[in-house]
Amino acid sequence: MPQTAAIEVKNLRFRWRKALPEVLRIETLEVARGERIFIRGASGSGKSTLLALLAGVNLPTGGEVNILGEAINRLSSARRDHYRSDHIGFIFQLFNLIPYLSVLDNVTLPCRFSRSRKERATASATSLQDEAMRLLAHLDMADEDLIDRPVTELSVGQQQRVATARALIGAPEIIIADEPTSALDSDMRQAFLRLLFQECEETGSTLLFVSHDRQLESLFERHIALDEINRLGRGEA
Amino acid sequence: MAILSLALKSLLNRRFTASLVLLSIALSVALLLGVERLRVESRNSFANTISGTDLVVGARSGAINLLLYSVFRIGDATNNISWKSYKKFAEHPLVKWTIPISLGDSHLGYRVMGTSRDYFQFYKYADKRSLAFHTGQPFDNVYQAVLGHEVAAELGYRLGQEIVIAHGAGKTSFTLHDDKPFKVVGVLEPTGTPVDRTVHVPLEGIEAIHADWIAGRQVRGLNISADQALEKDLTPKAITAFLVGLKSKIATFRVQREINDYRKEPLLAVLPGVALQQLWDLIGVAENALLIITLLVVAVGLIGILTVMLASLNERRREMAILRSVGARPGHILLLVTGESLLLSLVGITLGLLLLYAGLIFAQSFIETHYGLHLPIGLPSLREWLILGLVGTSALIIGLIPGYRAYRYSLADGMSIRI
Repeated sequence: MPQTAAIEVKNLRFRWRKALPEVLRIETLEVARGERIFIRGASGSGKSTLLALLAGVNLPTGGEVNILGEAINRLSSARRDHYRSDHIGFIFQLFNLIPYLSVLDNVTLPCRFSRSRKERATASATSLQDEAMRLLAHLDMADEDLIDRPVTELSVGQQQRVATARALIGAPEIIIADEPTSALDSDMRQAFLRLLFQECEETGSTLLFVSHDRQLESLFERHIALDEINRLGRGEA
Repeated sequence: MAILSLALKSLLNRRFTASLVLLSIALSVALLLGVERLRVESRNSFANTISGTDLVVGARSGAINLLLYSVFRIGDATNNISWKSYKKFAEHPLVKWTIPISLGDSHLGYRVMGTSRDYFQFYKYADKRSLAFHTGQPFDNVYQAVLGHEVAAELGYRLGQEIVIAHGAGKTSFTLHDDKPFKVVGVLEPTGTPVDRTVHVPLEGIEAIHADWIAGRQVRGLNISADQALEKDLTPKAITAFLVGLKSKIATFRVQREINDYRKEPLLAVLPGVALQQLWDLIGVAENALLIITLLVVAVGLIGILTVMLASLNERRREMAILRSVGARPGHILLLVTGESLLLSLVGITLGLLLLYAGLIFAQSFIETHYGLHLPIGLPSLREWLILGLVGTSALIIGLIPGYRAYRYSLADGMSIRI
């Protein structure tokens, strides 16, 4: 059975407002399921815009965004929000965590909004907390001392690992990581990536990794420069 | 509901600011309800002063003035009415009973009221309750007195004690009727009305202590002893006012007109309910002003919530973006922020209620002994629930303002994290 691609973008066009020029024009971009892809782009190259389009937070001005075979640009905004929480896990650059929630609550947060991820998370473990603990343990974050600490007191590396556990819980098909390592030093970067790869492999998730850091490029199966696929990219924002 | 537990956790995280806001809401709600309860109870106790009386009759002046001196013992009568006029209406075929009232003397600041034994039989207050005796019985002799409950309690009087009546209504009077003391024969049960602050003596007693007085002054050399006075004719020549009970309420306006049109003396008959209402309308202005002020205090409390929520919103845009990334819809963000305001105000209102009851339990006996006002500690009245509902609804509407702003932010920001 031929599986649909994880991400398939065709003739994607985007402008913020009608009066403004286009910021993004991508003829085609395809990411297979289970693939680990590195998208390189300097800041201002339209990275965040692309991610917002893939996540269905913003709608393209033209073209199509297919996520797991679903043309999400044709869904209503509520369905898009649902679709995102069901199928995509996010890791951001910095301050990924909700400051007033505990480590465990932060990890299980997507399950508050997505029933299917909650079901998947509890299918393998006895409870949501257990599953969160399992993921945290894999990321070397299961210390009781760390779990009970307010998230604001964790180091940046620890915060990023909690954010990774959150992105992974309920095994979403796609993980989108937006510069998750830029606040880490280079040793930790490698270690963090190893853990991330390992987890994606285990859950079979597709990893879309966006960064400006060329050093990391070689660790990925495939890499794309955003300036090359974005016909409008260069220099403009 | 998941989003409301987030709202709760977010508030707990900001517990210092949140508790300050809670405090201001709780205080303002307690103040509002306290004022409302005081208002209702003082109106009740006011309306309870007299009942079962169809007409109050006095010399012609104003309705409110008549009510004030005859029922509330405030101020003085402009004029007396003659015994002859009183007798004429007391024997009117439509009249069931009358209570004559003669005022003008006092005892240590408490008004002394001359009346007849009918007073103890027919005078009614509150919901047609009759006067009851705490101890003793009605007077049946010229030099006997029956005390209101507060008079006996404040001055520590007991049955059998003799008291001296002072001339005039002031607290410190230099002319005492000390040659003719009165013996306390009864103390009434508390009523929460001016009756509690009244010394009741027979009309004949009033007449007797003024036997050697002419035109408001004691005549030198004309000393009439208490026993000598008893031998004189003690039928009063004039009284201050009288209360009328009719055989049938239907006749009220007819008898009122007859009294008002009485040609031999300018008299005024008023319906106590109508006069009470007029008097309350007069006081009501101040009462409404008080209510408006407390409503404004509540508004200030609610604006406090608005300020706190709006001030925190900008620094929370990152939080909104994260929530959006894990699947929260803009509607969830609206619910989160509005839910926080709503939680604050609901908890604030609940605390306010608790504060009110704590205050009531604490102040009840004090207010009762000092102001004669009984504040019942009952469940909130329908009107109080309405007020609380109104406060809650305003809180919801006010909470929608930051909620809507957050909603707009989350639509505009999406997942991009802005600081």
